[in-house]
Amino acid sequence: MALATARVSMPKEVGKGDIVEIKTLIRHRMETGYRVDSVGKKIARHIVKLLTVTYDGEEIFRMDFTQGVAANPFVAFTTVATQTGELVFVWVDDKGEEVRVVKELTVA
Amino acid sequence: MSVAMKQTVSGRASHSALAAFFCVAAVVAAGPASAGGEPLPSGTSFLTQSLQAQQSDEATNPGMLWISEGALIWQTPDGASGASCATCHGDAGTSMKGVAASYPKVYGKTGELLNLEKRINLCRTSQQNAEPYAYESDPLLALTAFIARQSLGQPINVQIDDASRAFYERGKAMFYRRQGQLNLSCAQCHEALAGKQLRGDTISYGVGNGYPAYRLEWQTLGSLHRRLRSCSYGVRARRFEFGSPEYLSLELFLAVRAQGVPVETPAIRR
Amino acid sequence: MALLPRHAWASPELRDKALNELTGGRPISDGRVTLTIPQVAENGLSVYTTVQVDSPMTPDDHVKKIHILAERNPIARLLTWHLGPRSGTAKVSTNIRLAATQQVTALAEMSDGSFWRDIKPVVVTIAACIDGG
Repeated sequence: MALATARVSMPKEVGKGDIVEIKTLIRHRMETGYRVDSVGKKIARHIVKLLTVTYDGEEIFRMDFTQGVAANPFVAFTTVATQTGELVFVWVDDKGEEVRVVKELTVA
Repeated sequence: MSVAMKQTVSGRASHSALAAFFCVAAVVAAGPASAGGEPLPSGTSFLTQSLQAQQSDEATNPGMLWISEGALIWQTPDGASGASCATCHGDAGTSMKGVAASYPKVYGKTGELLNLEKRINLCRTSQQNAEPYAYESDPLLALTAFIARQSLGQPINVQIDDASRAFYERGKAMFYRRQGQLNLSCAQCHEALAGKQLRGDTISYGVGNGYPAYRLEWQTLGSLHRRLRSCSYGVRARRFEFGSPEYLSLELFLAVRAQGVPVETPAIRR
Repeated sequence: MALLPRHAWASPELRDKALNELTGGRPISDGRVTLTIPQVAENGLSVYTTVQVDSPMTPDDHVKKIHILAERNPIARLLTWHLGPRSGTAKVSTNIRLAATQQVTALAEMSDGSFWRDIKPVVVTIAACIDGG
């Protein structure tokens, strides 16, 4: 995705068993495919289709998007802090392009 | 007009604003529209609670995506110089603190009125030997927003002096001049009718302290000049170019008028 | 300025059809799901939406999926969240697009195969200054 910036907000360190709130933002036009330009030509759909999040390799969250999700999508979800490890966030759009963010979570 | 003079006429200013509304060609004493010299209410106060909460949380504010990009640009070498912004300006949090709150201002060497966007491009061309960013391009929006963000919470403080007076007067004249097919001046809505409803919207004071802002209508971050073009379109008046002398002068007037209002870039606006 | 073309949009009937497909015709109970969404959306292009489901989120008893459905958008199903015992709680948020004033449905599918929903009406106002810029 061109200009693909993504932000992930989550605490760096939590207690074992804590419920962790994770907030994400990704820069994407989420072009609906319904809009028509000033000369009547249809503007092609171009949207994020999927966000998957793994925690030490196991999938903990997934979201299927359609053009009904707002531009520059914000997504928040929760997970249980099990052990110190890596959370990997992967957004995929309908052109197959990917944005990947890795965050380390320290669990006391 | 000096600051001291502004303070003493602030009580008269609100009466003057009403007089301007009723008299077509009134010469108005400069100063904020509100009585007692209080800073004008930010546009944020006209948002719903939900949008205000989204704006103030860095984790939910979509404008922050451009702040991330701006932070990266700040560190990236560019142009024949091979220098990044950081090469000369170091940590932006230190060097850029308060800068956005003092713009627009006149560049001493040339007498040209510069807003933050033009100042950035001046740095790019004269110091980095790089091409200027196109107005409203993502890199310029990102870098402008990033620099403005370093003034978050700082009260806007733009003073008029001999060098900027002529620009200020032009901007003020535009603010109070009826324009377009709808024959409305900025003041008629944003001074006289601020707080009233315009269809589903509550009219703000048109302060502009959160720009570049994430406007829901645009589904992206946009500059103050983009918003001013929308205002011109709203009254079916001629839209000036991005970075035009007309909008620059108006931007200066708005900044002086916004004395004391905290910088809130990137704001969320409807 | 980009314009909206003419084409078929979803309707309450199409929304119900989508619900049927998602549940396989099984009954939907009201309750356990709380859809938090503004009563009046400032702008239909971005409407902050949170769904919470009353569930222990254990391996034996948890929310598997949450869907958001609209009845007056171009399409009926706007998104699906996939959760599980590792979620800890069933609480998700995003911003959705709403094309017009309508009822929005949050449908939750549980690990025991049951379906629960919440429905909220949202008034979508037109921006006062239609931009063009």
